[in-house]
Amino acid sequence: MFESLSGKLQGVFKDLRGLGKISESNVSESLREVRLALLDADVNFKVAKQFIANVREKAIGEKVIQSIHPGQQIIKIINDELVELLGSQNAELKLDAKPSSMMMVGLHGAGKTTSSGKLAKWLMKQGRKPLLVAADVYRPAAMDQLEALGKQMNIPTVVRRGEKDVLVIAREAKREAAERECDVLIFDTAGRLQIDEVLVQELVRLRDDIKPQEILLVLDAATGQEAVNVATHFDEALDISGAILTKLDGDARGGAALSLKSVTGKPIKFAGAGEKLEDFEPFHPERMATRILGMGDVVSLVEKAAENVDMDEARKLEEKMRKGVFTLDDFLDQLRQMKRLGPLESIVKMLPGGADMVGGADLSKHEKEFRRMEAMICAMTPEERNRPQILNAKRRQRIAKGSGVRVAELNNLMNRFGQMQKMMRKMGKMQKMMGKMGGKMASKMAGRMGAGFRMR
Amino acid sequence: MRYLSAVDDSISKTMGFFQKLKDRLGRTQNKLVHEIKRIVTRSPKLTADSAEELEAALLSADFGMTMTLRIIEATRKAYESKGKGEFDFVKVAADEVERALSSGDPSLLDQGDDLTVISMVGVNGTGKTTTCAKLANRLKLQGKTVGMAACDTFRAAAIDQLKVWSERLDVPLTMGDYGADPAAVAHDAVSSALSKNSDYLLIDTAGRLHTKHNLMQELQKVHRVMGKKLEGAPHETLLVLDATTGMNALNQAREFNKAVPLTGLVITKLDGTSKAGMVVAIQNELKIPVKFIGVGEQPDDLQPFVAREFAHAIFGLDE
Ligand SMILES: Nc1nc2c(ncn2[C@@H]2O[C@H](COP(=O)(O)OP(=O)(O)OP(=O)(O)O)[C@@H](O)[C@H]2O)c(=O)[nH]1
Ligand SMILES: Nc1nc2c(ncn2[C@@H]2O[C@H](COP(=O)(O)OP(=O)(O)OP(=O)(O)O)[C@@H](O)[C@H]2O)c(=O)[nH]1
Ligand SMILES: [Mg+2]
Ligand SMILES: [Mg+2]
Repeated sequence: MFESLSGKLQGVFKDLRGLGKISESNVSESLREVRLALLDADVNFKVAKQFIANVREKAIGEKVIQSIHPGQQIIKIINDELVELLGSQNAELKLDAKPSSMMMVGLHGAGKTTSSGKLAKWLMKQGRKPLLVAADVYRPAAMDQLEALGKQMNIPTVVRRGEKDVLVIAREAKREAAERECDVLIFDTAGRLQIDEVLVQELVRLRDDIKPQEILLVLDAATGQEAVNVATHFDEALDISGAILTKLDGDARGGAALSLKSVTGKPIKFAGAGEKLEDFEPFHPERMATRILGMGDVVSLVEKAAENVDMDEARKLEEKMRKGVFTLDDFLDQLRQMKRLGPLESIVKMLPGGADMVGGADLSKHEKEFRRMEAMICAMTPEERNRPQILNAKRRQRIAKGSGVRVAELNNLMNRFGQMQKMMRKMGKMQKMMGKMGGKMASKMAGRMGAGFRMR
Repeated sequence: MRYLSAVDDSISKTMGFFQKLKDRLGRTQNKLVHEIKRIVTRSPKLTADSAEELEAALLSADFGMTMTLRIIEATRKAYESKGKGEFDFVKVAADEVERALSSGDPSLLDQGDDLTVISMVGVNGTGKTTTCAKLANRLKLQGKTVGMAACDTFRAAAIDQLKVWSERLDVPLTMGDYGADPAAVAHDAVSSALSKNSDYLLIDTAGRLHTKHNLMQELQKVHRVMGKKLEGAPHETLLVLDATTGMNALNQAREFNKAVPLTGLVITKLDGTSKAGMVVAIQNELKIPVKFIGVGEQPDDLQPFVAREFAHAIFGLDE
């Protein structure tokens, strides 16, 4: 998400970084670019304008012009401003009623039904007992869709095929929730235009009946300038409690997130990043802001790594990397640990500039390649793995044969390994500069980039 | 938008709704036009400042940078050649948009007695399945024999969704099991359509993000398999775009076009408030004609695309 925007901002800041001191015209020039980048990223025109005005004011107020590291200072100001725009903290779900109800609303095809399923799964993981309610009485097979998702997770779904009155469905849902002792009801509603008053009124009636703890506007991350009107209308009609941003696994720049937040002031609570039910997580504005600025979603990556990677192992590897004693054995470990992290695509995108790296690259080709790398390393003796410099022609032939590849491919691997070591040493230096845990992890992950992964 | 007034009589019952919609859209468009006029008339010359504001105004209609700059440039030229007196920025801009939208043939391929296979492709939730149904309905009303194929075997109830439409429209449907190979379903559908001597076969494919390489490969396979069964199939590959989408639509079009050469675009959800300015950027770059627009969820909410109407609707010009 946000690739091009972060790419552009990076371009701007590269210029800024290069300057020892910046003049006011430098600031203006950079901000004009930032503004265009925001507009190009689908941030609403007025939102972008306000954003730039705020940044300019702060930049001048803080006397950036005389500072020693003006580029960094501006990056910080822009980052802080973005964080503020996106919401300064992660908003929790309100679940205080017994049972609590959630309502999913939004435009056609935004991802309401899928997000209903995802939210149910997420709540179940939190120890809740969700009940899905199929309240889309219009779209063909909408109820079947929700029911199918419920079945996948063994979560009950209230389905009344043929029923056209959402209030009847709501009544049945309440009864069933009591019967099954469910503590949270998730109402999936039909997609509708924000200007379709008849259908919006249907939502108002449903809301007044079920008095939901949460009304979540489901918004496609690729939404353009109209995000502002969509959010405004739904919020005015229903007083939404928050939003879910979907399809963040694509390359939409997601400026709609900024627009929504700034016109409604309502928090974005969750992010959907895939078609599968587990592709769902709480939305983190700070991370999104960092990401917009092209610093990579380092925090998310750290958490993801912590969940999946043996931290002791990771620390050891990091140490080795820094000291430049990274061996092929370590590389093999990396290959295997990396697999547990998930698809390479999603990991690389969390890295600084990673999104640009992925581009249109054929990652599945790499996957095969990486599997062969694993085979090649496995075919080496422990000593060879420790001291690759002893790999003479004879040894190479043996290894190639043992792993079913050609010698040229093995040579290629060794070259790459050499490059990787070099990159790691560089990263090691960078990480000292950044001096933060996040930075360390990022550098490590960047090092791992050449390692294996699992496709979706 | 203006072209809504061209909807045929069968939905005249909903005309009240469309009228309201038109009025409302008229208002937002007039705001855009007003904004542009204000910018242009405030200063006699298109200065850097006013050009930048103009840029933002056009961007706010989802035009995108390339097209915006092109319109501004055309405006500047028109200003220089015609002088201020005859200068009508809106007209110049609308003409420019119309020109950009006029490349290629917007009509649907008609091969007479031979089977024409049409594949619907696009990212998630844009309206592929619904467009399949609408197009089947449209072709059927034109006296053609039509079949459909449920090649989205992945998304929950995707097959059921098309099945409901096939029953409602009484159009034969080829389908497989959930999780089945979509290429196999497509293959069977072509066989079936050939044996029935159908005029058209509409292939509904699963939504997929253009950034997912393996899914794009899957789509290529579906097309390849059909091509083996029937020379030239699919004869039309229509990218279904959601009018609400912003600049990402251009990436979508680029990437899909790379994977499965597109023969046309369908813009859905134009009954909403989005102006779909990004279509102009897409056509400008890729020269793929828009063939249809979707203006609602009913079977007859599909209309052929008319560049002039579209361009004038964007700028709120009267015919
Ligand atoms: N790639 C991706 N696809 C998603 C995501 N969320 C939903 N989808 C897909 O988007 C499409 C539409 O999702 P639905 O859940 O049916 O959308 P909806 O809002 O319920 O649609 P209507 O009920 O017709 O208004 C489906 O193909 C989903 O699989 C996401 O985060 N990433
Ligand atoms: N208002 C409006 N809604 C539309 C239009 N076309 C489709 N829709 C709605 O958009 C939603 C998604 O449509 P689908 O046809 O399921 O979209 P899809 O591209 O097949 O979705 P996936 O297969 O999940 O990727 C449904 O609620 C449709 O009723 C249109 O022109 N106008
Ligand atoms: Mg739905
Ligand atoms: Mg579909």
